[in-house]
Amino acid sequence: MSTASARIRAYPGFGIVALLCLVLLYAPLLVVMVYSFNDSTSITQWGGFSLRWYKEVFTGVEAAKFKVAAWNSISIALMATIAATTIATSAAIGMTRGGLWRGKAASFALINLPIMVPEIVTAVATLIFFSAIGFKTGYLSILLAHIVFCIPFAYLPIAARLQGINSSFEEAAIDLYATRWQAFRYVLLPILLPGVISGALLAFIISLDDFIITNFVKGAGIETLPTAIFGAVKQGIKPNIMAISSLMLLVSVVFVTVSWWIGRTGNKPGDT
Amino acid sequence: MAGFNPGNNASGGSVFADMRHRLLMPSWITIGVLLVIPVLLMLVYSFLTKEFRGGVIWEFSLAAYDQFFFDRGLFGDEPVKIEWTYLTIFARSIVQAALATFFCLLIGFPTAYYIATRPASTRAFWLFMITVPYWVNLLIRTVSMKFLIRDTGPLNHWLMQAGILSEPLHLINTNIAVQLGLFYSYLPFMVLPIYASVERFDFALLEAANDLYAKRWTAMRRILIPVVKPGIIAGCILVFVPSLGAFLAPDLLGGAKNFMIGSLIEEQFKGSAGNWPFGAAASMILLSLVLLVLMFYARSDARSAR
Repeated sequence: MSTASARIRAYPGFGIVALLCLVLLYAPLLVVMVYSFNDSTSITQWGGFSLRWYKEVFTGVEAAKFKVAAWNSISIALMATIAATTIATSAAIGMTRGGLWRGKAASFALINLPIMVPEIVTAVATLIFFSAIGFKTGYLSILLAHIVFCIPFAYLPIAARLQGINSSFEEAAIDLYATRWQAFRYVLLPILLPGVISGALLAFIISLDDFIITNFVKGAGIETLPTAIFGAVKQGIKPNIMAISSLMLLVSVVFVTVSWWIGRTGNKPGDT
Repeated sequence: MAGFNPGNNASGGSVFADMRHRLLMPSWITIGVLLVIPVLLMLVYSFLTKEFRGGVIWEFSLAAYDQFFFDRGLFGDEPVKIEWTYLTIFARSIVQAALATFFCLLIGFPTAYYIATRPASTRAFWLFMITVPYWVNLLIRTVSMKFLIRDTGPLNHWLMQAGILSEPLHLINTNIAVQLGLFYSYLPFMVLPIYASVERFDFALLEAANDLYAKRWTAMRRILIPVVKPGIIAGCILVFVPSLGAFLAPDLLGGAKNFMIGSLIEEQFKGSAGNWPFGAAASMILLSLVLLVLMFYARSDARSAR
């Protein structure tokens, strides 16, 4: 690139705005992270470095409550991810390998409906539905609701990858007398795997994140990590909440890094 | 989201084509039973009579919509006036969501452009940095914001130590705090789609404009922005729609005086003042607003695809 074209591209001040954007995005998170190591019961006075609040998370009075909540969150996220990713993979093959047919656009809209409907509306509708059919709210109602909104998040990366895979791979398998299941299992799936993993990671984190829908459909007596944190925050932001927040932040960073890494290494095989 | 690309294989997959309905059926059934039917049921509920302590009585009633739009006095016998309480909440939500969209665009567009014009090596770093907050729990991000801007929080502490302020800035429980929360929540949603379209932009066009004596900002206004418009619109939708129905930012940062639609709806299904038909009606009105915005988007998307 010549320096002249670089000069034409550059707009004065944009770099500063971009830097400001990063500062704005990270300042609150970094502040909470720093203060989670604060050895002081007053949460704004700095009293030296300490891991006491992390110890409190795992052994303190509220430890049992948060442990149960964390387990609920993780087990629901795992099951919702498996179900949503399976459904989404099947749907993605149907959409990208199904040729052109009437109702394709409607089907695409239906699969993406959970992203388009505002979360609070989904929450209200789901609560009303479970109440109308007399379905007891609790663990299972949370799981079912999570499966639904995870489907489009799993679908998008899988469908994007499928579009980049030439259909001659599975056609060759069929020509060599593979059954359709074998063509999928041994030919298409291995090439598609990075997309499936990206979709699954996204579904998992979206399920782990959800507060609004869970809060509506959970009923009394069960908490996930976000609803437990929300309940605790309503009483005031205590240092142990900052420690939990920092731990969850770390989990998110690990997830992005893994998905980033898969996205980069996964782009090599089977590309057309 | 943006224009659906039917894929690069013209042969369109002869292997799985005839079983597409069987492959799609699980997603149709799951979303149909657990989302489409519930939304239709919600529409029905908005026309039912409220049962005290939550729930409904199966009797047709327009009471929920009547309560939303009209004020008939405490005993329902006064002359009909327009009820401003809920319209104000909706208006506030629309203004807040529009402002959040504006501020996100103000910061997000230059950021996205800057990232897209970096060399490949540093671009990956920038993208990673924008993607991380996108994946961080929204509740935790909102709580972090609350912690930072509280009256006794670090922001006020530093500003007072630095001598910029003599007494703490009262941000919590104001509309400004809610705005800050919305902006902060959805900023990455603005940057990523705009980045995606600027990245595909052919910069030779800017050079051509320069050769033809267009000023820098004229070239941006007349060449760059029209070309990357689909990305800008996608970003605006991704900020505006969730902001409109946001619950966490107004609830945690705004308090009772700065109610938005999300809190109004939530209140009808929690707490003792619960009124399910009214909550369902408010949700239907919110959903209609969002569908209106999405239809506008679909139309502009179709136009730009031509």
